[in-house]
Amino acid sequence: MTGRIPVRLTVNETPYDVTVEPRRLLADVLREDCDLTGTKLGCEHGVCGSCTVLVDGEGVRSCLMFAVQCAGRDIRTVEGLTADGELHAFQEAISAEHGLQCGFCTAGFVMLVVGALQEDPTIAEDPERLDGLLASNLCRCTGYEGIRRAVLRVYGKDGTRQENGTAED
Amino acid sequence: MKPAPFDYTAPAELSDAVTALAERPETARVLAGGQSLVLEMHYRRERPALLVDINNVRELDTITADGDALRVGALARHRAFETPTVAPGALGRLLSRVSPLIAHPPVRARGTMAGSLAWANPVSEWCATAVALDAGIELTGPAGSRLVGAGEFFLGPFRTARQPDEILTSVRLPLLPGAETGTVGVGFCEQHRTHASFAQVAVVAVLTLRDGVIVEARLGLAGAADRPVRAHEAERHLVGREPEPDVFAQAAALAAAGADPLSEPHAGVEYRRHVIGVLVRRALVQAREDSESADFFSGAGRDGHDGWEAR
Ligand SMILES: Cc1cc2nc3c(=O)[nH]c(=O)nc-3n(C[C@H](O)[C@H](O)[C@H](O)COP(=O)(O)OP(=O)(O)OC[C@H]3O[C@@H](n4cnc5c(N)ncnc54)[C@H](O)[C@@H]3O)c2cc1C
Ligand code: FES
Ligand code: FES
Repeated sequence: MTGRIPVRLTVNETPYDVTVEPRRLLADVLREDCDLTGTKLGCEHGVCGSCTVLVDGEGVRSCLMFAVQCAGRDIRTVEGLTADGELHAFQEAISAEHGLQCGFCTAGFVMLVVGALQEDPTIAEDPERLDGLLASNLCRCTGYEGIRRAVLRVYGKDGTRQENGTAED
Repeated sequence: MKPAPFDYTAPAELSDAVTALAERPETARVLAGGQSLVLEMHYRRERPALLVDINNVRELDTITADGDALRVGALARHRAFETPTVAPGALGRLLSRVSPLIAHPPVRARGTMAGSLAWANPVSEWCATAVALDAGIELTGPAGSRLVGAGEFFLGPFRTARQPDEILTSVRLPLLPGAETGTVGVGFCEQHRTHASFAQVAVVAVLTLRDGVIVEARLGLAGAADRPVRAHEAERHLVGREPEPDVFAQAAALAAAGADPLSEPHAGVEYRRHVIGVLVRRALVQAREDSESADFFSGAGRDGHDGWEAR
């Protein structure tokens, strides 16, 4: 069908019934059909990572997936990290550590880090693996050091390591 | 740009995927990880009329030891190979050295080894690995399945022996047990401009050593020709000799001289040739060191098979 296909997307545990052309990117459908505009589109070539969301727990480029591929999958976006307008511990930390300036890349970094560190917190203990992870996304403002410190603040040895909710300090 | 319109089907059965592809083989494309295809669709260099999404075909999402080979199903993602326990012994060590140098974690979460071979970018790490190991490539079409050797599979940049109505269903990577023939050591090196860039040159080295002498050598090169190739002359030079620095240097010089690299803006022919020489030598040193530690850990001059988990 070149025409539109009905799909039920489950985003942040909320079902969204959308009818979309197969060619619509997951990122565009999240933004335009689900009104979840936290996810940003930068390069649309898989390079910059500002579109990173979690699909079944893994960080992926939502500019390189079609929405029709995501029926029945567990999609997480920055909007779903916490309820009631509170910030996730890593969001607090990235703010505290000057890990953002313009903020365009931030949702992508937050999803990249939260997805990977929730699955394997030991990444924070290995500088090489942490660099490898953070090199996935581009930030043209802060130069990564603040983002790295934010990861260590939450997930490092002395970090609060609170996966859901706010940092204690 | 956004991708042009297309029809979409995502069957759960391999036979249905084969049938769907066979109905319009020239204008349909298989969608695996999408990490190359969707990008090409953004550029509209690819405008398929139909996408046959194979991501729901569960039987393709397997990695199993099958006799003397590791059978990698078409849905095995790059990231599955990040840990050496993905395969026994030297093969697991090799794959886990290669995988982290492909793109970055979110691309590795989606992209597949089989998709990389089907796409056949001349600088793909997996393509060089497949050629180095003489991998078998299983193609399944309406007439059934056939196995093509990696040496015959790659025909040029983005060109392979796969017929348009065939799905690449698995990759057979020979296990590198070494127990009978000697100790196997593996090495992998690449040169890239930035962390997640494609390689300009990549080198896979596999050495089998017995009584301090090289009895088998495999060198797979990416970026040394219009397709992944083996450095046969260099391999022949290594066999029967000791893994010494001057022998490695001679092999590296032969590999560089025998290369016929394509020119590109940031990697001209002479530069690439130079890099091939440097990386072949480094990969050989890595392989020798790897064989020494494999020897040490197994204690009996053979590769340890411990820790391997089938999936
Ligand atoms: C930012 C970025 C960086 C990258 N860096 C690298 C890198 O350093 N090294 C590297 O090698 N790659 C790199 N890639 C590409 C990535 O590895 C792709 O995953 C890979 O090239 C293709 O695999 P895929 O599963 O994504 O295939 P797809 O994109 O789904 O398909 C690619 C092509 O192969 C065909 N195809 C795929 N699977 C099959 C099958 N089973 N049977 C028949 N045809 C099939 C498709 O029809 C299509 O023509 C990068 C990609 C991005 C976005
Ligand atoms: S917009 Fe998806 S990676 Fe840049
Ligand atoms: S804060 Fe501006 S790009 Fe990262």
